Amino acid sequence: MIANTGGDIEPTPLPGAMRRKLPPAAETIAAEMAGFRREMLRFAILQLRDQASAEDAVQEAMLAALQGADRFDERAKFKTWVFSILRNKIVDIIRRRVREPSYQDPEDEIDESDFDPLFSANGHWQRDARPADWGDPEKSFENQRFWAVFDTCLNRLPAATARVFMMREMLGLETDEICEELSMSSNHCWVVLHRARMGLRLCLDQKWFMAGAINPLVRE
Amino acid sequence: MNCKEAIRLMSEEMDHDLAGGHRFALRLHKLICVGCRNYQKQLSFLRQACQQQVAPDDATPPPPPV
Repeated sequence: MIANTGGDIEPTPLPGAMRRKLPPAAETIAAEMAGFRREMLRFAILQLRDQASAEDAVQEAMLAALQGADRFDERAKFKTWVFSILRNKIVDIIRRRVREPSYQDPEDEIDESDFDPLFSANGHWQRDARPADWGDPEKSFENQRFWAVFDTCLNRLPAATARVFMMREMLGLETDEICEELSMSSNHCWVVLHRARMGLRLCLDQKWFMAGAINPLVRE
Repeated sequence: MNCKEAIRLMSEEMDHDLAGGHRFALRLHKLICVGCRNYQKQLSFLRQACQQQVAPDDATPPPPPV
């Protein structure tokens, strides 16, 4: 899909000076990327929890995509390709952050005891906490409201927990890599991932699946 | 094995191979526990949802208004 070059493009998707020097093909690519720039930004903000770094990551990814665009000819997968560049930029930023001398680990993690009320004393599900059948949950992917709830739930995870979870599930790092980057033991990494998944599924359950996913008035 | 242990192992299984004994005990537990079977499906769904974010295609709806 080639985005139309009319007035619906986000303001300044690329620096003006950069744009002037580009050959026409690059103009087309820039316009196409401008069409999904906001999605890129949303993804980067989720990962980095910081608007300025997210803007940087998106900008860098778009420039890298422009520079490498001649190597890319399969238009259908263009967006996926640009997102894979963005992913790498985000991983770079996380690595840089962790290595800065001033860096401090976010300490807020989910406490295991937060989930105690879900279980009886012998460790089995309480009757009203037992996970229900979500039916055909993939249908929710087509619903914009689902993604708003999904973001809300991710943002509710404590920073340290969310970061490990997203490095694993969205940036696709192996737990070994995550442990190394963040100087955590494997065991700690698994525990954090487990709590993140518990927290996320509980949030989606309450705010979406059991809140009446079909109901358009489902609350944020 | 109780549910609390079972869901911890289910999560770990998404990140690394479980030891044979654990894998077997987990399978057995899921056979008898519908809550944990649902939990397992929900974990897979979470992973799928995250994948959608990373590799969106043109079929992905635009993001919600910010």
